[in-house]
Amino acid sequence: MAIIEIDNLRKTFRSGDVDVHALRGVNLVVQKGEFLAVVGRSGSGKSTLFHILGGLTPPTSGTIKIDGQSLTSLDEAGRTRLRRNSVGFVFQKYNLLPTLTVRDNIDIARDIAGRSEPWDATFLEVLELLGIAQKLDRKPRQLSGGEQQRVAIARAIVNQPAILLADEPTGNLDTENSNMVLDLLRHLNKKTGQTVLMITHDPEAAAFADRTVQMRDGELHSA
Amino acid sequence: MVYKLVYENLKHRPVRTLLSSLAIGLGVTMMLALVGVGEGMLEDQANRARGVGADLVVRAPGSSVVGMGSLSMNQKILDYVRAQKQVTLATPIGVHSTGGVSSIMGINYDEFAAMSGGFRFREGGKLTAPDDVIIDDLYAREKKLKVGSLLHTMNRDWRVSGIFASGKLARVMIPLTVLQELASANGKITMIYVKLDNPANTQAVINAMKQDLPEYPIYAMEELIKQFSVNNLPELKAFIGVVVSLAVLFGFLVVFLAMYTAVLERTREIGILKALGAGPGYVLGILLRETVLLAIIGSLCGIAMSYGTRWLIATFIPASMVQAIVYSWWPIASLITLAGAILGVLYPALKAARQDALDSLSYD
Ligand SMILES: Nc1ncnc2c1ncn2[C@@H]1O[C@H](COP(=O)(O)OP(=O)(O)OP(=O)(O)O)[C@@H](O)[C@H]1O
Ligand SMILES: [Mg+2]
Repeated sequence: MAIIEIDNLRKTFRSGDVDVHALRGVNLVVQKGEFLAVVGRSGSGKSTLFHILGGLTPPTSGTIKIDGQSLTSLDEAGRTRLRRNSVGFVFQKYNLLPTLTVRDNIDIARDIAGRSEPWDATFLEVLELLGIAQKLDRKPRQLSGGEQQRVAIARAIVNQPAILLADEPTGNLDTENSNMVLDLLRHLNKKTGQTVLMITHDPEAAAFADRTVQMRDGELHSA
Repeated sequence: MVYKLVYENLKHRPVRTLLSSLAIGLGVTMMLALVGVGEGMLEDQANRARGVGADLVVRAPGSSVVGMGSLSMNQKILDYVRAQKQVTLATPIGVHSTGGVSSIMGINYDEFAAMSGGFRFREGGKLTAPDDVIIDDLYAREKKLKVGSLLHTMNRDWRVSGIFASGKLARVMIPLTVLQELASANGKITMIYVKLDNPANTQAVINAMKQDLPEYPIYAMEELIKQFSVNNLPELKAFIGVVVSLAVLFGFLVVFLAMYTAVLERTREIGILKALGAGPGYVLGILLRETVLLAIIGSLCGIAMSYGTRWLIATFIPASMVQAIVYSWWPIASLITLAGAILGVLYPALKAARQDALDSLSYD
């Protein structure tokens, strides 16, 4: 079953008088439970694609569906709902709230989604898997980069999003920590069936995925 | 959960939180101190008026109810008052302003002492010589005077002969005849305090006197004391209005600045929340709650600081000012401050709510 269907997606930024064509007709179908790697040169449009998929910015034209729901016609409120309920983001910079503990960083994502029931057994297992179950009361600055990124992953999936979007999740990590995070993403994908899309520059990282596509000048090609 | 974030944010910048609260509190303190001084001084005046022990007072034509007045009444009225058969004691008072709100009062010592039940001297005793002055303990404390000290006023030196417990109309008293002489107002007095054989007849006696002295304001002491209220002082009410506006402005500016910088500082955090699916309302709610919390802490600081101003006044200028603690103004001052604070957070909060999630995530 296809969870993402993208057809002829275009995104044009206006910066000053010049039009920047970041996406020039992207076509992509991602199956539910797939782990997809997106590679490509800097500036080729990878992040832009993720931002549109995650509802952070609207597309210029084309159609895009997540879980059968069309994003093309969504207004700002609709995109807010999409971010809240259907996607989880992991960024290169871990982007945790610095004043909150690990537990509260995770809980605020649930609070935003309007959920208050205690964490279920599956999620507790995920925390064990991520190796942060013993560090819930620490603040982000008391964690290593790898640990912070694992917290960000936990936070991204706590609301069981349809897709997890990871934009260079290992960009700031050394090999050891990278491999740990990548292992975890794959494990998560295999164990819970979480659909994962990951941007990376690193061919070794891409090897953790089921399939790799390449972005070239705003167009996607199978690698 | 949001409260936790708000609390952690306040804790994260303790100096900012403390300074903002103190600045917000200053507005509250200004209001409470002003209202407290108004109430305190009126209460003190009422107490001192009560301390005279009179049943009614005859004042000069055209004098105001609350003001002290001047030497403008003919002393002959005294003979008329004394001739009334219910009157057991009538004593004249002379008031001479010595600049600003301070004044000096001339009395017939023995009559006044008899009517008021006698002075309680902390030190020294009654007026005897023409250059004697008696002062109350608060005045003595403020001016650091003792029995035998010289007090300079009305262009001459007076010897303090006694220091009495406050509560007898005035703080500084000299013989009436001396006051009249010095003010070139022989035969002139300011008002007459009257004691009756039966206080229950006060109203009847006033009615009778008014027949004979139609221009003279005559008040029962109980009535007069009721007049000591902020509502009868339009200047004070106007001034309170000014200070209230200042306090609103204070709360507004402080919160505007504090929250505006907070929003700038937290661009990234706001972006994270938005990426997590927080809508404008959620972000707005966080900043609003932080503001309300700041205003509450600020109000508590302000209330605490109003005890500080009371202590300062009571310690350094006890005779010039009295500050009461007016509990009914605690919620009023707090709500006024809160209103200013909410006005102040509006612009920063809207800026934050409108902020683009993407811009802030690429922000460094
Ligand atoms: N907000 C924007 N305004 C104008 N141009 C933009 C904006 N965002 C991205 N672009 C442009 O769109 C193009 C694609 O950018 P994008 O960030 O998607 O590349 P990327 O593949 O993620 O690159 P990198 O690997 O360096 O992260 C670039 O030319 C970039 O300059
Ligand atoms: Mg990118």
